[in-house]
Amino acid sequence: MSVAVEFRNVTKEFGPVRVLHGVGFALLPGRVYDLLGENGAGKSTLMKILAGYESPTTGEVVVDGAVRAPGGGSRAAEAQGIVLIHQEFNLADDLTIAQNVFLGHEIKRGPFLDDKAMREKTRAALAQVGLPLDPDTRVRKLIVAEKQLVEIARALARNARLLIMDEPTATLTPGETERLFALMAELKTAGVTIIYISHKLDEVERTTDEVVVMRDGLLVAREPTASVTRRQMANLMVGRELADLFPPKLPAPAGGEPAIKVRGLTVPGWAEDVSFDVRRGEILGFAGLVGAGRTELFEGLLGLRLRSAGTVELAGKPVNLKSPRDAARHGLTYLSEDRKGKGLHVHFSLRPNLTLMALERYAKPWLNPAAEQAALRDAVQEFGIRTGSLEVRASSLSGGNQQKLALAKVLHPGPSVVVLDEPTRGVDVGAKREIYHLVQRLAEQGLAVVVISSELMELIGLCHRVAVMRAGRLQTTLQEPNLTEEELIAHATGTR
Amino acid sequence: MPQVPAENASTAVPGAGRHDGATAWWGKLHGLGPVIGLVLLCIAGTLLNSNFATYDNVMNVLTRTAFIGIIAVGMCFVIISGGIDLSVGSMAALIAGSVILFMNAMAPLLGSPMAAVVVGMLLAVVLGAVFGLVHGLLITKGRIEPFIVTLGTLGIFRAYLTYFSNGGAITLENDLSDIYSPVYYANLLGVPIPVWIFLLVALVGGVILNRTAYGRYVQAIGSNEQVAQYAAVDVHKIKILTYMLLGVCVGIATLLYVPRLGSASPTTGLLWELEAIAAVIVGGTVLKGGAGSITGTVVGAILLSVISNILNLTSIISVYLNAAVQGFVIIAVAFMQRGRR
Repeated sequence: MSVAVEFRNVTKEFGPVRVLHGVGFALLPGRVYDLLGENGAGKSTLMKILAGYESPTTGEVVVDGAVRAPGGGSRAAEAQGIVLIHQEFNLADDLTIAQNVFLGHEIKRGPFLDDKAMREKTRAALAQVGLPLDPDTRVRKLIVAEKQLVEIARALARNARLLIMDEPTATLTPGETERLFALMAELKTAGVTIIYISHKLDEVERTTDEVVVMRDGLLVAREPTASVTRRQMANLMVGRELADLFPPKLPAPAGGEPAIKVRGLTVPGWAEDVSFDVRRGEILGFAGLVGAGRTELFEGLLGLRLRSAGTVELAGKPVNLKSPRDAARHGLTYLSEDRKGKGLHVHFSLRPNLTLMALERYAKPWLNPAAEQAALRDAVQEFGIRTGSLEVRASSLSGGNQQKLALAKVLHPGPSVVVLDEPTRGVDVGAKREIYHLVQRLAEQGLAVVVISSELMELIGLCHRVAVMRAGRLQTTLQEPNLTEEELIAHATGTR
Repeated sequence: MPQVPAENASTAVPGAGRHDGATAWWGKLHGLGPVIGLVLLCIAGTLLNSNFATYDNVMNVLTRTAFIGIIAVGMCFVIISGGIDLSVGSMAALIAGSVILFMNAMAPLLGSPMAAVVVGMLLAVVLGAVFGLVHGLLITKGRIEPFIVTLGTLGIFRAYLTYFSNGGAITLENDLSDIYSPVYYANLLGVPIPVWIFLLVALVGGVILNRTAYGRYVQAIGSNEQVAQYAAVDVHKIKILTYMLLGVCVGIATLLYVPRLGSASPTTGLLWELEAIAAVIVGGTVLKGGAGSITGTVVGAILLSVISNILNLTSIISVYLNAAVQGFVIIAVAFMQRGRR
């Protein structure tokens, strides 16, 4: 039940761009590997080749001693027991868990589907991943963490012997992450090889046996996890000494009228009786598990969800926000956690993305493309957006640069209060550092900043105070010296 | 962090520049597809019939294009915003009937046939805007699919026209018809009035789409409605305005159309929705929205009427197969557009 894999001098070109420059290494069965590298290092491409979604331009993949024939696609790889769990899930929302688990591999009795058998096998796989759900539940009703587990259950139901997990914990809360790690340990003892792609070095340290580091399409290092420190991992990845991730904290502003004052805000089903203030120049964090109601609280604040109670004051004036447009007019903007779905028009070029929220400025009444272009040049400079040309579509930027564009966009109207929901999700270490410094700069410039994040280190390293939510209620607001990982987890999980 | 991402670093691969050039060239060619198609058709038409390239025939084709073309400009906005309007043909028929009834009734009341015609023309535009407003409200506030809403009004509009006309024709009285007819038949600098109006509507449409905040919002909503909403765009207002804009275009097309025959019947504007949507799609706008071009739409509309003109002038394919030929063209164009997004 184990599989040995070897890459032999694998290269991959997309048109004129070469993303893999001859990668060769072997993986032993039954071990947990971390594949480390910045966005654009080529790790996703390599994993897509392994899972059969792409074929190498030259070189070969050897599975259990035999060179894999080209053109088999992901089905051939799956037949060998190699399954990639996508960062963005490949689940059909309107089908049930059982239907998803067996999608394309349905069990049949004669010409008819054998629903009973599939349901039973799904139930078994769900039990194995520790998800006590009815196989007939529609996937639409699941939360992100559950979908993740369903993906793993699907892989297990197809007798996966090598699992590739691409940033599996990006959307998970600490508790869910723990469960996933326990499951990974179990799978490992059962002889499953796991390739784990993550930017979270603390997780890598805890869960993996070996670290494989890629940079610019090449293998640059391969070390037993125990023999390298987090800092060494980060340096290997970036290829140079990484200065401190977080900027030194500025003292919290003392006194002064709060820029935003929220009292008793209730978003039915999500948040209840939440009150908080943020002053100019202050960074307030929001911690909590997925489903704690943090995003929904702010969506309610913006008028995207129904509010049943509560008042909001911006710069001392009571406001009744009905839409993000209303909020922007009053100087409050929001960066969504869902970059592709709610944050950016990925099919648009950079310019219309940047100016969309402040278009009135450029329409007098005719739009002035030259002024927009000048604004784009400034933003590319200021936010360090790296792109070959200013005319490309947003979709062609790397994740980190897309995020910087999204940040530039929500800051373009010149808000006085900005809410950043998971500002570094799916972003590599280098870009994270830039974003942290940017957030700090915003506070220095006198903005009131709210940061919602599932990465505790981020909240601790960046925020003056951190509000912790659990099941829709604000549990507490922590600040130094109580602002520690243990305290945050204790309040978020209610074990205090 | 002064590091260059791998994507950029590797553009130094030999031959990359040439490849990029070829891609850009091919992209431009793709955008020019409708224009190239139109040019080829015109060459074919000229070779097949000596009357094709005459001034009279060209003006004839353009005048006939004007109605569909004006509606297609409005339709282009609706499709870019991610919507659709199936009712435009029925709407044109109902507006035509209502305007004629109104003019006939108002002429004696106002005491001036001229005034009746002018107010009637205004009424056509206002009715179009009101119908568009109703569509927009049902689609946004009522949260009903545009396909369903306009499928419903497609039936409703035509049924009311048939009811008003008792199944026959509503005819403009002769004195009014004489005053009104120059709107269709007169020339300015040798070019018929409807062609001028078509040109004007297309120009204004192009400016609105490409050079106003509203136009940008329309594209943003069609590309991804949720992103637009989160980016503080008033999605409902923009959508309602878009359906009203199309309604106004239908009103303008109708007020040009009425003096042509001076009557409206249950077959007025039949299948116009098909031709207007086809013109937009042939012009390179993708049905799922997000991006599109007014120039392309104008070319698409002209292309479709050139096809029917060539069928009329030649006997290679029966005129009865006109709609079939247009249908083949639409499917062929959609086939070539596959995978562009």
